[in-house]
Amino acid sequence: MNENHRPHPFDDTVNSSFVELLRRQSPHLLPGGSTPGTPDAPHGTTVLAMRYRDGVIMAGDRQATAGYQVASRRIEKIFKADDLSGVGIAGAAGPAMEMAKLFQTELEHYEKVEGDNLSLDGKANKLGQMIRMNLQAAMMGLAVVPIFAGFDEKAGVGRLFKYDITGGRYEERDYDAQGSGSKDARDSLKKLWKRDMSRDDAMRTALEALIDAADEDVGTGGPDFVRGIFPTVKTITRSGFGDVADDEIRRVCEAILSERTKTGNGS
Amino acid sequence: MPLPYYVSPEQMMKDKAEYARKGIARGRSIVTLEYRDGILLVAENPSTLLHKVSEIYDRIAFAGVGKYNEFENLRIAGIRHADVKGYSYSRGDVTAKALANAYSQALGNIFTQDIKPFEVEVLVAEVGDADGGKSEIYHILYDGTIEDEHNYAAMGGQADEIRRFLKDHYHDGMGLDESLQLGVRALSVTQNKTLSERDLEVAVLDRTKERRKFRRIPAEALSQLLGTAK
Repeated sequence: MNENHRPHPFDDTVNSSFVELLRRQSPHLLPGGSTPGTPDAPHGTTVLAMRYRDGVIMAGDRQATAGYQVASRRIEKIFKADDLSGVGIAGAAGPAMEMAKLFQTELEHYEKVEGDNLSLDGKANKLGQMIRMNLQAAMMGLAVVPIFAGFDEKAGVGRLFKYDITGGRYEERDYDAQGSGSKDARDSLKKLWKRDMSRDDAMRTALEALIDAADEDVGTGGPDFVRGIFPTVKTITRSGFGDVADDEIRRVCEAILSERTKTGNGS
Repeated sequence: MPLPYYVSPEQMMKDKAEYARKGIARGRSIVTLEYRDGILLVAENPSTLLHKVSEIYDRIAFAGVGKYNEFENLRIAGIRHADVKGYSYSRGDVTAKALANAYSQALGNIFTQDIKPFEVEVLVAEVGDADGGKSEIYHILYDGTIEDEHNYAAMGGQADEIRRFLKDHYHDGMGLDESLQLGVRALSVTQNKTLSERDLEVAVLDRTKERRKFRRIPAEALSQLLGTAK
């Protein structure tokens, strides 16, 4: 607490970054480093984010795979970053969840020290820097490629960002998906997404895309009525980060599947 | 070369303590009260931007009186301590007790080793769970002395009078409005004027809230709670 050297003006008292603090105090807790590559480490599969009338909606399946095995059937891939933003993780599940946790702490740390929230652009940039720190591990097969989405208070709209493994940050206007089933989910969104959808329509579209991804991609898990495991859906609007209840998700999944059974659409 | 002349340690400590006490006595006071749903922190602070009361972690709040730059420094150190600990272990492992001890060590070291002691007193409060968990309030003085307080605490220039007033008037199970009114009366006890919502900075650790229990009470809500709404 009491630094032994005499601090320079503005030396350290103004730094409100938690990541920088960890780098100084406990660098071993940071992502990246020289983790030896373990190709069978669990990988998360499909997450997506899309804009709708009130903000953004984020959704993800619940499966993690290690090689050709199911590693977990009920992991969560959409995390609340703060009241107005969320991260969806794809790629190596362990480092990705660690990164999501670090990102949450970073935002909260900044908010407490500064007494104010980071702008949405500031948050998106910070996440890009964290992905870049993980580059060495990414080269060994432990890549983390999240989607970041949030509500921009200044602009009054929902916005979403995708990343590459080097930390490159790209803003997407309407929708995006990440992970092994992302191409199928994106194809589906390409046909179904419309401007200014209502919450119900947006939720149905998100779940259609995830069911399509589960249909085409062996890594992605679909709705599991036997065990009662359903994709995660979260909404981020002006009034905050909201969960969608499992019951509601189950009903929409049932509706989609029974429609497909009846019409043969999507088969 | 002139020899540094001798000052007895006793005299030096006395001088430092007196210096620190004088600095603190010039500042305005803070009271903390336990109420039905948590812990209330009331500071006399006309500034709406420079805070005396703030959030440290999920269930922990901080309050400081005295020199702003010094307790601000301690506040940030506290947030760092808490965030690193919660990140490397788990959120539940961050406790007010460990933090209060760290403050006590830091202030004690500064008091004995530096030429100028910190002119501050700080308070660390942790709200207990809804199912009967006990709340904790720690009060740390400029020389590292640490006390755990029950039900209420006061610090700053007029702390003794305020404490005496609270001892006579505090009772268990108060609602937020009642405890706030009591807190404001306690802060006004040594002054001729009554404090209005513009002179106050108020926050609570509200155990009915989800994860982060700390909540500031804005001026509009304050005037309602104080019964001065127009």
